[in-house]
Order: sequence, then C-alpha cells, then structure tokens
Amino acid sequence: MLSAAGIHTFYGNIEALRGVDIDVKQGEIVTLIGANGAGKSTLLMTICGSPRARQGQILFDGVDITSAPTYEIIRMGIAQSPEGRRIFPRMTVLENLQLGSTPIGDDHFDEDVERVFKLFPILKERQEQRGGTLSGGEQQMLAIGRSLMSRPRLLLLDEPSLGLAPLIVKQIFEVIKTINEQEGVTVFLVEQNAYHALRLAHRGYVMANGRILMSGTGQELLANEEIRAAYLEGGH
Amino acid sequence: MQGSFEYFLDQLINGTTLGAVYGLIAIGYTLVYGIIGMINFAHGEIFMIGAFISIICFLILGAAGITWIPLALLIVLIMTMLFTAIYGWTLERVAYRPLRGTPRLAALITAIGMSIFLQNYVQLLQSARNKPMQPVFSGGIELMQSNDYIVSLSYLQMFIMSLTLVLMIVFSLVIARTSLGRAQRACEQDRGMASLLGINVDRTISLTFVMGAMLASVAGLIFLLNYGVIDFFIGFLAGVKAFTAAVLGGIGSLPGAMLGGLLIGLIEAFWSGYFTVEYKDVAAFGILVLVLIFRPTGLLGKPDIEKV
Repeated sequence: MLSAAGIHTFYGNIEALRGVDIDVKQGEIVTLIGANGAGKSTLLMTICGSPRARQGQILFDGVDITSAPTYEIIRMGIAQSPEGRRIFPRMTVLENLQLGSTPIGDDHFDEDVERVFKLFPILKERQEQRGGTLSGGEQQMLAIGRSLMSRPRLLLLDEPSLGLAPLIVKQIFEVIKTINEQEGVTVFLVEQNAYHALRLAHRGYVMANGRILMSGTGQELLANEEIRAAYLEGGH
Repeated sequence: MQGSFEYFLDQLINGTTLGAVYGLIAIGYTLVYGIIGMINFAHGEIFMIGAFISIICFLILGAAGITWIPLALLIVLIMTMLFTAIYGWTLERVAYRPLRGTPRLAALITAIGMSIFLQNYVQLLQSARNKPMQPVFSGGIELMQSNDYIVSLSYLQMFIMSLTLVLMIVFSLVIARTSLGRAQRACEQDRGMASLLGINVDRTISLTFVMGAMLASVAGLIFLLNYGVIDFFIGFLAGVKAFTAAVLGGIGSLPGAMLGGLLIGLIEAFWSGYFTVEYKDVAAFGILVLVLIFRPTGLLGKPDIEKV
C-alpha cells in the first residue's frame, strides 16, 4: 500500500533521513521504533510531503506521491495524527473534528462523528469545549479522532502514547487495534514505547540516525537481544 | 452650539460613517495578518483601486443610460467587488506567494513596494488629477432641530451604515460558520496542521486576500459616494488609519477590526468637531502610539490558550 524507497530528507544542510526504505501492506499495523532524533517523525512528515524528500520515491497504492502537494496526498486517503498532537487550541472539539473531514466533505459528518464519539466517549462530553482546554490525553484522543474523520485508508500515528498516563496509553492502543481490525484501516505507528508498540504491531522497523537498522515481525523484534538491550530494558 | 446635544449627535453620525470606511479596510489587514502574519501595506491601495473602479462603473452606467439609482448602485457594488477581488488575488499571487517562507522583512518591503507600484500605476492610467463625481444620493431625514441647528441623517449615510452592517455580519458568518472560514481559522492557528488535514493552504490564503479586497473595495465605493472626489493618493492615509484601527482593535481579531474602525472614525469626527480639524490625523495616530505603548495586543487581542 505504502512503499518508500531510498528516502533522503534534509532540514537545511542537516540530513535527517539517509536512505530509508519501508513497506506497509494493506491491513497491517506496522510500527517504527527508535530513540529521540532518529528521524521517525521526519519520515512521517516526508510521507505527507512536508518536508519533501530530496531523493527517493514514495508510492501510495502504486501512485508516486513524492512530489505531490500535502493536501493532495491527504485527499488520496492518508491521515496523520502528528507529533505534539497539534490540536487547534482556539477551536471547539467539534470544529477540530469538522476540519478532520475536510478531504471528504461534510456528507458523512454526523455518522463519522458518532463513530469517533463511540471510540472516545469523553470527546462527546467535551464537544463544545475549546481544544486548548483539554487535558493531554483528551487532546491525543481528539488528534486521533480528527485523523479518522477523513475515513483514511492509511493512518500515520506519531507517538500517541507520549506523556500520557498508563491507563490512557492502554485505552489508546486498544482503539488503534479496533480501528485496524474492525474498520480495516492500515496503521503506521511511530513509537518510543517500543514494548507496547511491538506487541500491537504485525511488523516493525527500528530506526537510528536516519537509517533503518532492522526489521521483522513484532514478535521477532521483541525477542531480539539487541533491541531488548537498546529499547526495552535500557533507559526507555 | 458646540455644547448642544444636536451637535454631538451630528458628530456621532459623521464618525460612524467614517468608521464604516476604516472598519471595512481594517478587516482586510487583520484577516491577512491573522493568516500569514504579515502587514499588507498595499491594502490601502486596494481600497483606492476600489474607489477608481467604482467611479469608472458609474461613468459607464451613466453613458449606458442606466440611471435608476438602486440598480446602478447594485451593479457598481458587484462590479467593484469583483474587479477589486481580482487585484487582491493577483497581488498575493504575484508579489507575496513567491516569498512565502522567506524572512518577514522581505514580504514587508515587498508590500511597501507594491503600494508604491499600485499608486503609480493608477496615476499613470488615470492621471494625477482629482476625479470628481456628481452626488448619487440626495435628501435625508431630519432627526432633530433646535434653534437654527438641524441634525439630519442623509439617505447616503443610512445606505453606508446599513451596507457596512450587512457586510460585516455576512463576513463574520462566513468566518464563523462555513468550511472556508473554518479553514481560514485553522490556517491562522497552525498552517502545517491545516495542510495535514487536506486543506489547500495556498488557496485559503488567496481567498483571504480576495475577501479583504472585496471589503476594501466597498470602502472605496463608500468613500467615493461620501466625498464625491478621489485621487490616486487616497489609499495612503486611509490605509494607515485603517491599520491603526486594526491595531487598536487587536490585530488578527475580526470584531477588533470593526470596533477599532468605528473608534478611529469617532475619535476623528469628535476631534474635528470639538477641537481642530487640522490635527485630526494627529489624534488618530496618537491613539496608535498609545495603544502600542500601553496595550500592544489591542482592545480585543486574543490571549492564546496554549496546549497543555
């Protein structure tokens, strides 16, 4: 479904991605783990065309999206819940969700909003509240909910567990599983919480210094000694 | 005479009319600042071009024999908004979009350059002489009379106030309720995130310039109707005063721009009425200085709710 080959991305003169290859197949949950600054978020943003890859090719359903404008990439069926959640702070929860449905218009809005409220009941109670007044966990739920409003076929999630209480992390991972299994949404999940992510995912990639170090099924990576030492038992 | 209520009321009407012009222009400053964080110093020139397109439309309609005033006004209003919108769109497309992502100073200096360019462009095309126009409206209603002093509200003033009110309500609703308005507010708060949601940010910015130009063009039409004479330089002073209004109200805030416009209009009218006409601009700009010193966020400038 998504395949990136030989991706090089720069911030100014700094090379953040140094030739990254990844593949995500229809129906999978694929996770990308790695330390801070490895280039995980940069990869997600490069898939969405902002910043653009300087070298390499990104295909989505066989269509070359490497140099397509961001809004067109999104309209093809990719949604991203980005690093830092980026809720619109001065808009209500409902307006944030409405913006999420931009790529497909308002036709299915009521139906889709009910779906999101079912996944995250707290958002229903908060619907008239401004985004900036929500707690961190609620903002994360809103960010994921907002990205689901466009009925994406591929969902890119950037560190949905960051800074959240364990109970909420558990809830969010449950939801990711639900949308993958019940709605058939393909998920590409970036995480520092490697243990949870690898247990949830079908496959995983490990990234460091802008390169993919390793890949394999979730179970394989969980069992790998190096990974255990670096990402599971170490300071992370 | 100056102490009477009638005199006061007269200044209030004058000030409100003037405030309508400033408010309509100020909205353009505030919308553009909100969405791309840039002061579009050529916006006053867009207002001036609106006034010129209005006078040209009136002359063409006169020559074509369309003299029924409501129809003529409607046609002029639509044509002016349409053609000025094209200027606003082109300005953004040609001068500002290529500079997106460069330091703010580059865009600012370009805006000043475009302002000078547009002034000279109109001067070359239309000559530097004043362009007078016959009054379109006449008459009015008498509100009050005492001794020799008559306070009247002319049909022109009624037209200006109601047109401004309608436009402000319509545009506020566009911003608050429509998907375009939502996209504009999203771009204002986080442009990168807006594009990640499938919003065409460039198009949204273009439409913001178009909206600002339309409102400024109506201000140009009002100016023409109210004063009956225009020249290529009217955009400068009106533009700077509308900018003052936008800052006074809180730059980036839509209700702030309207309120600021009204206040600047009233301050100018009352200053002229009670003190001296010569220093009315000093009064208006004195306000700008005071606001910048004591309340840089303006009257309705929004305190940001930041992310937790």
